[in-house]
Amino acid sequence: MKIVVCVKTTLPSEAQVRVEGGKLVLDNTPPVINPWDEYAVEAALQQKEAVGGTVTAISIGDESAAVALKHALAMGADDAIRISDASLAALDTLAAARLLAAAIQKIGGVDLVCFGRQAIDGDSGVTPAQTARLLGWPALTLASAVHVEGRRIRVERSIEEGRQIVAAELPAVLSVVKDFAEPRYPTFMGKRKADRAEIPVWSLADLGLPAPAPLVAWGDFAEPPARTAQCEMIAGNSPEEIAERLAEKILAEKIL
Amino acid sequence: MNIWVYIDHFKGTPLPASWEALGLAKRLGNAAAVLLGHQLDEAVRAAFAFGADAVLLADDPALADYRAEAFASTLSAAASSQTPDLILFPTTSRGREIAAMAAVDLNAGVLVDVTALELADGRVVATRPVYGGKALVRETCAARPALVTLRGRAFPKPEPQTGRSGPVTRLQVRAEARTTVEGYTASEGVSLTDASVIVSGGRGLTAFPGLDEKSAAAKGFALLGELAAVLNGAVGASRAVVDAGFIPYAHQVGQTGKLVSPDLYIACGISGAIQHLAGMRTAKVIVAINTDPHAPIFQVARYGAVGDLYQIVPALTAALKKKLGK
Ligand SMILES: Cc1cc2nc3c(=O)[nH]c(=O)nc-3n(C[C@H](O)[C@H](O)[C@H](O)COP(=O)(O)OP(=O)(O)OC[C@H]3O[C@@H](n4cnc5c(N)ncnc54)[C@H](O)[C@@H]3O)c2cc1C
Ligand SMILES: Nc1ncnc2c1ncn2[C@@H]1O[C@H](COP(=O)(O)O)[C@@H](O)[C@H]1O
Repeated sequence: MKIVVCVKTTLPSEAQVRVEGGKLVLDNTPPVINPWDEYAVEAALQQKEAVGGTVTAISIGDESAAVALKHALAMGADDAIRISDASLAALDTLAAARLLAAAIQKIGGVDLVCFGRQAIDGDSGVTPAQTARLLGWPALTLASAVHVEGRRIRVERSIEEGRQIVAAELPAVLSVVKDFAEPRYPTFMGKRKADRAEIPVWSLADLGLPAPAPLVAWGDFAEPPARTAQCEMIAGNSPEEIAERLAEKILAEKIL
Repeated sequence: MNIWVYIDHFKGTPLPASWEALGLAKRLGNAAAVLLGHQLDEAVRAAFAFGADAVLLADDPALADYRAEAFASTLSAAASSQTPDLILFPTTSRGREIAAMAAVDLNAGVLVDVTALELADGRVVATRPVYGGKALVRETCAARPALVTLRGRAFPKPEPQTGRSGPVTRLQVRAEARTTVEGYTASEGVSLTDASVIVSGGRGLTAFPGLDEKSAAAKGFALLGELAAVLNGAVGASRAVVDAGFIPYAHQVGQTGKLVSPDLYIACGISGAIQHLAGMRTAKVIVAINTDPHAPIFQVARYGAVGDLYQIVPALTAALKKKLGK
């Protein structure tokens, strides 16, 4: 089975983000693979282990995209491709999906594409469904369990009401959620391989695409509304007294 | 301004966030509710009650199960012939996915998980949290229609008025899809994203003298469950206890769990790591119960109590029960 996994480099979730004069100020913690994409790589590797095949990691982005790709290689992906072009400015999700779909078609003969649920910078969570739509393949999003038998794929999807069990024929697109399985740690050998890997770069010309024009643009940033200035500490001589005062405070908020 | 609102529902029962979207649409212009599925009579009545000026309906056995492709195709076909200016969706698993796919079909922009929306010269300008809620960004959309999903509980839910009605237009069903639905397994308990009260537990629930972690957590979550029951709320959890297997992932709040905005969030034995805050910092009132007075959770809480949750939580349950006359 030929598997592609789409990964993105993001700031780690504990990074400090501030806003100054409408602009975003990111701290300089080293970037990491988008945490959700680790689950996608895990899902891809488990399918490969179950039925054989290859896993190719792809990412759109400048040199920093190599961070996510190398992490995927270190976990066990067979190869990696970076998509980058000087004429690419800020992409919206649809533009990113167009590039990813074109790359998947150029790779050719792909059976399964794994995505993370969402990227923790833009927090959109729409690129997987958009890429599937562009490819004309079924989108099996929010997958928490995946079974492939021959050309048939069955997926349990985590939805608000519980799980929906959906089947389709390959090729198909998945997005993977956290309860799929804990992602494996890169091995020592895997890291060595990843460090040495020369990652090819595909340009727009390689993909046969014009520079996509984003329809959605980011403007100014703002700080999230400040939380109540101060926490009111509720003290008392016994847990019952604390609880009594706390209950009064809660009821006085008139939210129940 | 001609606005459509996708009414998200599960087997005919609409999710409350759909009505919040309808309420916003009514404030901005003329609001048509879009209902796709099967056996939707009740949902159609509810859409009018919550303020729809018209209903666009595809009620067909082929749409009895939610399948992204079929729902998106039906919506896109209608939108490309009737050209609404704006289509709103609740940010639910289905709303997000249909918006994503319809944006491809219509070559339109999709703005996800929006918490504020205005029209400037007929253009949609939306505000949405990014970087796990650490910043807000203003997003603009150049194409029409703009497809916008709204964060649950970010917009007020209108009061229903019974007896309202209006025109119902049938949409052409586009049911072709390459997926088949084989079944469902239900999750128990209140859906976290809709809950107006959430009582959450963290690793502080795993240390009770004389009990191993697992039994301590079971005891702790039982106490939280009793408090949640008195408040008609749901039980949430930090990742630490989900990863340890003490409660299913469906309960996890945070950057890699659910994003919630309840009226009241009671954090018990949760330190307040940045990834946890990412999921709940928009709650109206946050209460924290923690033995450590320096726990970061107190920095976002309105009320804090320093102490042992195993003592304070049952006492709080009893106090609220009495005061609420339950
Ligand atoms: C990529 C990534 C994503 C993540 N996503 C999430 C996420 O979605 N959600 C999430 O929650 N975390 C997430 N985390 C984990 C997060 O960083 C923290 O590790 C986690 O939230 C800690 O959980 P906790 O507060 O329950 O545990 P701890 O940090 O161990 O805190 C336990 C607290 O309980 C208190 N306590 C102990 N005993 C008692 C008692 N008897 N009574 C009262 N209080 C007591 C302690 O003082 C302490 O403050 C993520 C981490 C990463 C790296
Ligand atoms: N620049 C990118 N390169 C490769 N994959 C991406 C990129 N951006 C998003 N993705 C994939 O799409 C998923 C959802 O991203 P998003 O829709 O941006 O939240 C991520 O988890 C990745 O799997």
